[in-house]
Amino acid sequence: MKMKNMVRSIFLTVFLALAMCFQAWGADVIKIGVIGPMKFMQGKGHWNGALMAADQINGKGGIQVGNKKMKIELVKADSNEFLNITDATNAMQRIITRDKVDFIVGGFRSEAVLAMQDIAMDYKKIFIDCGAADPELCKKVAEDYDRYKYFFRGSPFNSHYLGKTCFIQAATVGAILKKALGIPKVKVAIVTEKAMWAEPITKAAQGVFPKLGMEVAGVWRPSQTATDVTAILSAIQSSHAQMIFTAFSASVGITFARQAGELKIPAVQVGINVEAQKDGFWQATQGKGNYVMQLDTYCQGVEYNDLTAPFVDGYVKRFGEKPTYTAATYDAILYSLAPTIEQAGTLDADKLVSILEKRVYKVSPGTDKYIVDAKGRQTHDLTWGPGYQTGIGVQWQDGKNMGVWPYHWVAAKGAPEVTYKGIVPYKIPPWVLEAYKK
Amino acid sequence: MAVNILISGLISGSMYALLAIGFSLIFGVARIVNIAHTAFYMLAAYCIFFITEKMGLNPVIAMVAAVIVVTLLGLIVYLLFIKPIREHEAAVLIGTIALAIAMQEVMLLAFGGSFRSVPSLIGGYFVLLGVKVFYQQLLTFIVVLLTLAAIWILLMKTKLGLAIRSTADDREVANLMGMNESRVTMLAMGISVGLAALTGAVVVPLAIVSPFMWTNPLIVMMAVVVLGGLGSIKGSFVGAYIMGFAEALVVFLIPKGAFLKGPVALSIMILVLLIRPEGLFGVAFEEER
Repeated sequence: MKMKNMVRSIFLTVFLALAMCFQAWGADVIKIGVIGPMKFMQGKGHWNGALMAADQINGKGGIQVGNKKMKIELVKADSNEFLNITDATNAMQRIITRDKVDFIVGGFRSEAVLAMQDIAMDYKKIFIDCGAADPELCKKVAEDYDRYKYFFRGSPFNSHYLGKTCFIQAATVGAILKKALGIPKVKVAIVTEKAMWAEPITKAAQGVFPKLGMEVAGVWRPSQTATDVTAILSAIQSSHAQMIFTAFSASVGITFARQAGELKIPAVQVGINVEAQKDGFWQATQGKGNYVMQLDTYCQGVEYNDLTAPFVDGYVKRFGEKPTYTAATYDAILYSLAPTIEQAGTLDADKLVSILEKRVYKVSPGTDKYIVDAKGRQTHDLTWGPGYQTGIGVQWQDGKNMGVWPYHWVAAKGAPEVTYKGIVPYKIPPWVLEAYKK
Repeated sequence: MAVNILISGLISGSMYALLAIGFSLIFGVARIVNIAHTAFYMLAAYCIFFITEKMGLNPVIAMVAAVIVVTLLGLIVYLLFIKPIREHEAAVLIGTIALAIAMQEVMLLAFGGSFRSVPSLIGGYFVLLGVKVFYQQLLTFIVVLLTLAAIWILLMKTKLGLAIRSTADDREVANLMGMNESRVTMLAMGISVGLAALTGAVVVPLAIVSPFMWTNPLIVMMAVVVLGGLGSIKGSFVGAYIMGFAEALVVFLIPKGAFLKGPVALSIMILVLLIRPEGLFGVAFEEER
């Protein structure tokens, strides 16, 4: 019996010693926390993007830090932020204190990211947001730089520019409609879900469309989870609107597109419809979401630069679906963090921040350059516009996601036309053309 | 607009009636407040999604299979989780909340959080007095009416119905009269869950399938049950249509406030609780039962 106990003790000691050795070897890895709602498409995007970047870097031996190569180890954290923000802050706390990550990428809901941001800043961890669009996140960097300087926006550009891009896309489609339908003025129905993020867009839309030479036919605010919008669709048809400007982030985007398509409402849909960005939209609308156009970041076949196609095609090949903007964890690791670490030769967050904020570098959806505000303060927010990040307009055309904007877009008087590689002309639904045939 | 309100009110009201009658039935018979009732509705929707989209089978087969599978599951859940604690009403209440959340989490793990849908049995629409009405809406309405008629016949014209009504009226007397109360409760549970599954089956082509689709109908169903009177099947029927039309009126008359239909339902419930706590057809005092 004593012998048995002794053997057991020896085994245990050897095992513990080995485990400690492995931990010591583990110090030669860079731990990156990937945080997001992992049971949802957005979190999957976070994880898949990070996985691609890590595999690419590790495949080349790792990141050169000073005189040694360090591999990347990803730590997955489910923030569950759609359902519970406390879960998100707990997850952030856990990956920093227990898993001891060096950097964090991810986040989706602005409310959750605002809460997670504070925790990351408490521990002076570089946190690259790949999902939340609230300008407040970067305003904090400008207002309290010493505390919030470790926060950077990775994707998408802030909601102010998201709105601006949508209005430009709506104006483009408006011009196409005017010409094709032979109407003097386009009437727009504004349909936005009842949610906090949609309030400024709804308000802005009512002011912007008249300035763009369009008439506002009415404003409708369905619930985010509405399962029947036929009432709204009937009213829109009665208003004789030719365009429906949408701002949907939840399931109502599917209901609206499906029922509008099924009832063949003679008006085109333009704006934000997060559900329409997903490959599953076609199934979810049973194909009735044809011709819906929405602001997007990626579309297979559309290239912002030479980095876009390898990423998008690689993603589709590996995961069987197109990436959404949360998959920008790929860019955050591969193009933001890795070259900055190599340049600094250290993992010291302060040194990395001072290098990263000054860099101008290509990413798969354009070029990242961090904004310095009017007072000369660093914001770590992304520059919007031709040559930087603009997003794209994507339209569902017979079951395929097709990039339709920017197409000969002139951003300012005298500026050169912008058309990304792979962009095709916008299509007006045949039933809309039919309705206005004289 | 009146036709719009009529159609929308009838469809929503019928769906709530099916859910609320099932909920009232098991409450009336066994005093079981089954919060997981609409979670069974969600399970039926996923069953249909799985059978039609993943297995590629006919939607009608999927609907029949979903009702059978979910009803059997309901009975298993009753035997394993509810029956042992059914004498403790608070425990049943909390237990069924946990059960509903567990079902939601299982669906979330199995299918993810993405929104799904199933094809309509009949696509397209017809125009009624200038209003576009989906054929699927008409079909759903007819199926709901037929189901409600079948339930009425079952409860009013059969021995089982008599046993169910007697047990609902007074459990002890029904027992003394030789009715097997335990068996009646089990059958009532089966019918109740079957109705929830059937609601899921007929409504799913008009709805969005997600693990959280059970929460909104639960709130409205509770409001309907309170409005009609807890445990009153007639009350649930009338309450459901009142709630359906109230929602339709909000959506059509206040376009900018379409999102208010939920709060309106809850306001009606609170008003009824304040003015007539027993509901429209409920019993004033528990002691009178």
